[in-house]
Amino acid sequence: MGTINVGGKELEVDEEGYLSNLADWTPEVAEYMAKDEGQDLTENHWEVINFLREYYEEYQIAPAVRVLTKAIGKKLGKEKGNSKYLYELFPYGPGKQACKYAGLPKPTGCV
Amino acid sequence: MADFETPELREYPIIPKLKEGVMEHSKPYVAKVQFQEALGFPGELVDNWEEKALEKLDDLRGRYRSLQVYLDSCVKCGACTDKCHYYLGTSDPKNMPVARQDLLRQVYRRYRTFAGKYFPKLVGAKDLTKDVLDDWYSYFHQCSQCRRCSVYCPYGIDTAEISMAAREIMDTIGVGQKYCNEIIGKAATVGNNLGLPEPALADTLEGLEEEVEEDTGVPVKFPLDQKGAEILLVTPSADFFAEPHVDGLIGYAKVFHEAGVSWTMSSYASEAANFGMFIGSYENMRNLSLRIRKAAEDLGVKRIVFGECGHAWRVAYSFLNTLAGPFDFLDPNYPVPQHICEFTYDLIQKDKLKFDKSENDHMTLTFHDSCNVARASRMGDKAGGQFDIPRAIIRAACNNFVDMPADAIGEATFCCGGGGGLLTDDLMELRVKGAQPRMEAYKRVVEDNGVTNVAAICAICKSQFTKVLPYYGFGMTDIVSVHQLVSEALILSDAPSDDTESNAEAEA
Repeated sequence: MGTINVGGKELEVDEEGYLSNLADWTPEVAEYMAKDEGQDLTENHWEVINFLREYYEEYQIAPAVRVLTKAIGKKLGKEKGNSKYLYELFPYGPGKQACKYAGLPKPTGCV
Repeated sequence: MADFETPELREYPIIPKLKEGVMEHSKPYVAKVQFQEALGFPGELVDNWEEKALEKLDDLRGRYRSLQVYLDSCVKCGACTDKCHYYLGTSDPKNMPVARQDLLRQVYRRYRTFAGKYFPKLVGAKDLTKDVLDDWYSYFHQCSQCRRCSVYCPYGIDTAEISMAAREIMDTIGVGQKYCNEIIGKAATVGNNLGLPEPALADTLEGLEEEVEEDTGVPVKFPLDQKGAEILLVTPSADFFAEPHVDGLIGYAKVFHEAGVSWTMSSYASEAANFGMFIGSYENMRNLSLRIRKAAEDLGVKRIVFGECGHAWRVAYSFLNTLAGPFDFLDPNYPVPQHICEFTYDLIQKDKLKFDKSENDHMTLTFHDSCNVARASRMGDKAGGQFDIPRAIIRAACNNFVDMPADAIGEATFCCGGGGGLLTDDLMELRVKGAQPRMEAYKRVVEDNGVTNVAAICAICKSQFTKVLPYYGFGMTDIVSVHQLVSEALILSDAPSDDTESNAEAEA
């Protein structure tokens, strides 16, 4: 168990850097985590992060890859509605890296 | 991220020189108190852990005659030493199967054999100390329980069972692995390893129905919790969630559609994978299996079919009947349970499926035999069916198929490197290094035969390949599901004629 300091607040994270409490999340947390991994968050990254948070709010789970690609395709254009594009945005995998920035728990299982 | 070197791929496999202790640091995260307790294990290391560990060892020796035989019968012939992919990929001698077994055997000898009690040094017997426990935690989480070594052992000693026993002992004294135990907890409460609740599952399946209809013009259904359906499909939850898994699921749905049978999935038992096996816990394995039985009874199905999942099939094929049977309420005219590959193969044999193989002409395929299917189960009614049936399906759906070298397929198949409860990011170094023998075999057919893709029938293999292929210079999308190939080539007989389809495409 560790903590990260975002905007003067100590937030608890697990061994892999995922937020322990969903409620601790602010956009600054995403910026902080991305910066820590050497990544800039563009508007397109935010589309993904915001969708993940909305979906999680409704379903208590991150969206399946096809649910995510479909939603992003609708928002950013059909040519971007595929996992290749999502991997360009989040090289460590949209499921894991984007979930982390969005403050969601890491997806578990055979994925 | 990862701070290690990816092993080189050579033209021919070479047995590596020993590098003692190079993987001693590899340890997965330890399960937190709440995950341990949810499974009925102590939250953390208990005070009298040495005593408790020996008690559990005795319990397991009493329960499983095989374990007792394996502990007693090794003659140190060395046949297994160069057979483990983790040894080949890491050079650590403790990853030789015999050395891994000895981590448990040395303790058994010290406390439970005459020679070990009185002449410990002569027989390699050792006290159970914290160092030994640390070695257990490290090296019993460097075994994917793939059973390759057992094929070459003249006594048939199965290191997988020893690893399972060791993990069960560790859980019993409060030292569990985070990845497996957190997942078992989710499967036992939500119904699947992902923790995908019913509304999310329903939404995901609805999306797939739309996608397939857009794509083919045919309303292929993905039914959930449909009472009175003939078949219950139990599939790994990765099939709902990840790629290329989901393309396999689409393939199953198309096959069911074309076969004209009624089928359903269950939100209560929305998981085929059974991680209870990885931690050697009969109770947890049974608990998860009973969910499948309950779902089958509640939905009133007549048959159970399992999707593409390696160790799920081992549990289903080898243990389901004793764990959760008898299944006398199912139709005895079909195998209980049946593998989706058996289901599809049967239809192909009866000439009930039509394929346009040219749909897969952009690929040259090879097939990765998943360890638990290859060495711990079977398919069909002939020996070797688990090797022939998936290949027959690929050949029915594709024009271009080439096998990898003979010492890397069939019963000699190499694990993908992520099986047995090791498919977790905290073990990435082990996973990449353990994949080396498989990658070497794959490279051979890529270079010699122009192979472009590798198909598999296991959710773990698919996820592991997606992750490790790029480390070796291959594309992450080289890995495909077997039923993805079926999905691409299968001709749906109620599809709109070519004209209307191209019209639909033009409109879209």
